[in-house]
Amino acid sequence: MYKIESKNVDFFYGPSQALKNINIAIRANTVTALIGPSGCGKSTYLRLFNRMNDLIDNIKLSGQVLIEGEDIYGRGINVDSLRKNVGMVFQKANPFPKSIFENVAYGLRVNGITDKKIIEERVETSIKQVVLWEEVKDKLKKSAFELSGGQQQRLCIARALAIHPSIILMDEPTSALDPISTAKVEELIYELKTKYTIVIVTHNMQQAGRVSDRTAFFYLGELIEYDETKTLFTKPKEERTQNYITGRFG
Amino acid sequence: MINEIKITKRKKRSQAIAFWIFRLLSYSIVAILFIILSFIIFKGASVINWNFITQMPEEGMTKGGIYPAIIGTLCLVAGSMIFAFPIGVLAAIYMNEYVKDGIIKRIIKQMTNNLAGIPSIVFGLFGMSLFVNKLHFGDSILAGSLTLGLLALPVVIRTTEEALKAVDNTFRQASLGLGASKWQTTSKVVIPIAFPNIITGLILSIGRVSGETAPILFTVAAYFLPKLPTSIFDQAMALPYHLYVISTSGTNIEASRPIAYGTALVLIIIVLIANLLANGLRKYFGKKVKMN
Repeated sequence: MYKIESKNVDFFYGPSQALKNINIAIRANTVTALIGPSGCGKSTYLRLFNRMNDLIDNIKLSGQVLIEGEDIYGRGINVDSLRKNVGMVFQKANPFPKSIFENVAYGLRVNGITDKKIIEERVETSIKQVVLWEEVKDKLKKSAFELSGGQQQRLCIARALAIHPSIILMDEPTSALDPISTAKVEELIYELKTKYTIVIVTHNMQQAGRVSDRTAFFYLGELIEYDETKTLFTKPKEERTQNYITGRFG
Repeated sequence: MINEIKITKRKKRSQAIAFWIFRLLSYSIVAILFIILSFIIFKGASVINWNFITQMPEEGMTKGGIYPAIIGTLCLVAGSMIFAFPIGVLAAIYMNEYVKDGIIKRIIKQMTNNLAGIPSIVFGLFGMSLFVNKLHFGDSILAGSLTLGLLALPVVIRTTEEALKAVDNTFRQASLGLGASKWQTTSKVVIPIAFPNIITGLILSIGRVSGETAPILFTVAAYFLPKLPTSIFDQAMALPYHLYVISTSGTNIEASRPIAYGTALVLIIIVLIANLLANGLRKYFGKKVKMN
């Protein structure tokens, strides 16, 4: 069974159609990259998986989005528990104006975990998972704003990991980072793959090539091509894909 | 080539003129404030001493202090804030965080703006007919506070809304993305971030409320009281009304002129202290928010 599957998905912001008949199936423990020029619908598509688009007024969705075989837009779906299972990392590092510790503990607290020991343990494990522990272990009580941009983004990943999701969505997670921080996050994505299913939106085609197993190319709300990353970048079937990855437009 | 130099010169000159006008206007605002303040201080400072702020008025309010008016104003400010602040903040949170864009939100918004546009004397009249007469509170601190509270409500709602709007949406998304409910997101993330700015609303409304005369005219203010109020159902004196009384209908207007300036100065000082206090609170919470 596929981890994530979308069947005939159409999506509208008011009268304008942002996604046209998207069909994708994603296997567990893989990294899938969504690429395409700005406004092609890749971020919108990503945000379907944790129902983040629900926050926007006046939207319409048809078709099915399945996670572990269950229609997440179906009746009786608890959106909070869905989001607990599907973590998200945003374009700009957005730690809360709280301490480093509380940033990671937040997800645990809002999900009803009160045991101090468990919280401390999970915070530590999560921060270690993103290879940030050595840098912050002595200043956990300090504001997260004191960290550098790259550290903040890794903290945000740790925050997402702490509540033990099985899927992580990343919306251009490195677009605001310097090359060294970017390399660290990419390395992390590669390691996280063993435990999580990752879907990443990126503008950076080298990045898609480096981190992903499969790549989906979106253009004007349509899924143009979805294939093994290697195949897509070396032998694309569609001319538009070819043009985009060779930098002829976008 | 020469033409270009001319154009550049002209551009520079018009820019310089524009900046000078702006500069002049903004300085004149400061100057006006300075003139008013120094006028009041010059006229009023001589009567202000410890007795002035701790004694009852004497001899038909031509001598003595303004203690009961100070106490009255403090009571009214506190009372109106207790009423307006929670309601205003909660209404703004509801409007900004929960209501979707649409007709209902537009109506509430428009009504809030209309409320802000109502002249304060109309609030006074409304307060009299509702709180004083219909609800039988009588001329009382309660009736006056509620009336002033109504007046402050739109200020509180608007500033709170602005404070909430200023909270970056990605904070909300990050919180919801971790499985937090909407209420958890609002109470644990959005409000703490917005809180320092919400305090600004409190400052602004305290300034507004403490100086209002019209709304308390028919609802609480007393011409003269020989003793302090003992409950919220008592009448009270208040600084702005006291100022009005001794300047227009006192027993001896000329003799009480210095007291009038003293009263004005005290009123200004109270507003200033409230502002400073609220500013301190805002800074304190601003720091705390980052740390917690």
